[in-house]
Amino acid sequence: MSAPVPHIEVQDLTMAYGDFVIQRDLNFTINRGDIFIIMGGSGCGKSTLLRHLVGLKSPARGRVLYQGVDFWQTGDKQRRTLMQRIGVLYQSGALWSSMTLAENIALPLGEYTDLSEREIGEIVSLKLALVGLAGFEAYYPSEISGGMRKRAGLARAMALDPDVLFFDEPSAGLDPISARLLDELILELRDSLGATIVVVTHELASMFAIGNNSVFLDPETKTQIAGGNPVTLLNESADPRVIRFLTRGERTAEERR
Amino acid sequence: MPTDPEISSQAAAAELKIDDLQGPLIRFSGNWESSGRLPAVDALVRQFPDRAAGELRFDSSAIAAWDSLFVTWILRLTEALQTRGIGVAYDGLPEGVQGLIALARAVPERKGARRISETEGWLTRIGRRVQGLLDDTRRLLAFLGEVSLAFARMLTGRARFRRSDLALFIQQTGVDALPIVSLISVLVGLILAFIGALQLALFGAQVYIANLVGIAMVREMGAMMAAIIMAGRTGAAFSAQLGTMQVNEEIDAFKTLGIDPVEFLVLPRLLALTLMMPLLCIYADLLGIVGGMLVGIGLFDISPTQYIEQTVSAVTLTDIGVGMVKSVVFGLLIALAGCMKGIQCGRSASAVGEAATSAVVAAIVAIVVSDAIMTLIANALGV
Repeated sequence: MSAPVPHIEVQDLTMAYGDFVIQRDLNFTINRGDIFIIMGGSGCGKSTLLRHLVGLKSPARGRVLYQGVDFWQTGDKQRRTLMQRIGVLYQSGALWSSMTLAENIALPLGEYTDLSEREIGEIVSLKLALVGLAGFEAYYPSEISGGMRKRAGLARAMALDPDVLFFDEPSAGLDPISARLLDELILELRDSLGATIVVVTHELASMFAIGNNSVFLDPETKTQIAGGNPVTLLNESADPRVIRFLTRGERTAEERR
Repeated sequence: MPTDPEISSQAAAAELKIDDLQGPLIRFSGNWESSGRLPAVDALVRQFPDRAAGELRFDSSAIAAWDSLFVTWILRLTEALQTRGIGVAYDGLPEGVQGLIALARAVPERKGARRISETEGWLTRIGRRVQGLLDDTRRLLAFLGEVSLAFARMLTGRARFRRSDLALFIQQTGVDALPIVSLISVLVGLILAFIGALQLALFGAQVYIANLVGIAMVREMGAMMAAIIMAGRTGAAFSAQLGTMQVNEEIDAFKTLGIDPVEFLVLPRLLALTLMMPLLCIYADLLGIVGGMLVGIGLFDISPTQYIEQTVSAVTLTDIGVGMVKSVVFGLLIALAGCMKGIQCGRSASAVGEAATSAVVAAIVAIVVSDAIMTLIANALGV
């Protein structure tokens, strides 16, 4: 592999709701082609960090850089262009319930491209086929199962061939086999599309299987306490909190081996 | 051979070479992203000789960039060639494209998943409508039955709902509605007085504005206007609240805990609105009369004492009673319509919107129809 190219850089990021600080002084870099895991216990601000990265919430302090461009300092127009290059899979899919799956995926394509209806239709079918939902174009989100909704949400997130794909708890609510298939799909998509992937999860199996970089948020000190490849973290970290988390609280740093 | 005559070195191009020994080969060059124009598939397919000479191969070494549109282009080409019996080998494509094609084909289309939209005959459509109507009636009766049972349980003191909920709904449907009811009632009284006065002035009988406004407000408009405001304000709120609870599976949670949602959610709302409507009605009556008085005193030279005197002599207790009975019925109908549409709501955001809309429409229709019936009955009874 060639030298890593920084894709998203987070510098001195402090996140807060009003006066209530969620996390402070976050510093990490997500490289192009990474599968980056945001981990930490419940309530440590993982999803809030995701909202900062995708531009739904502005930082209280610090910067989020996309290929060197500060997301919040740049103009509205460039921010919109940046956001178009981002795909987000929300926790429960967040499909628009009044539209069919095909319409859900076609909406961003119709808004941002000059493609003909036939071309849009073909891209929609391709995206649905990619997530294993071929033939479900005419279904409404309420007519399919939760796992299918999640995959359809992924198809919509991929509609515009994004450079970065964000996943909020992709395996939550999925059976173990479906969760593993989704992990494989994420790997496959990273390889085929060359996209950078950011995953918020506390599913250990999936974290070790796909992640090659990570940040660990701690709810007590309200900052990051570790980072790097999850497997390396498990084997080498000296921090008892990290080890407890990565071993489901079953082991401490001393009895690792 | 490029298919587009205006092709530049940057634009997407697909060059077909027919080699009798090695089979056909397509060489791609340029930028194959959705922002540009892609060569037409049909024209390319037509260039293939009738007799297939082996599989089609690709050479993508000169391709500058590609995205999903390129993949769909390849799939469309594959399909078109398959109908002519020509196979396709993907190994000359960029690795990512090969991966995506493999992924797209990994899960075969589930049999019977695709929907074929067929147009139905008029007889079928009429049949469906009638069946839908029957279903609606059945659901309405079932809901009324459940509410009646819950009400009976309440009378025997066995119904479970929280007193604090009831108090909250009484506040929401009573006190909180006062400002809007005040505004509308004053204006309605004003309008009634104005229209009436212009006609009565022809006979020099302006003083009868008081009779007209008094009787109209007390018997009819007070109850009616308060009801229509509450249908838009509270009926819609009830159905949206219950509909959202249905979407969030909160209603299912009540059921699995053995708590009857009709008892717990519908009953307090129903009681609150039915209790508050007559009070709102009296309040609306009063303010309507004040509105009429403003016009009478300000524009038609009637003294306040005269106006009040006239109103008191014109409006009887029976008139007030008729208005209050009506308002109780209206309150019941609004709450029933709102709660029923909410409880029977579908499980999506748009279903909640539909429920709220149809709750308001149903409530207003019910108000007007029941008002007509009650007016006829009052007329027949001579009250």
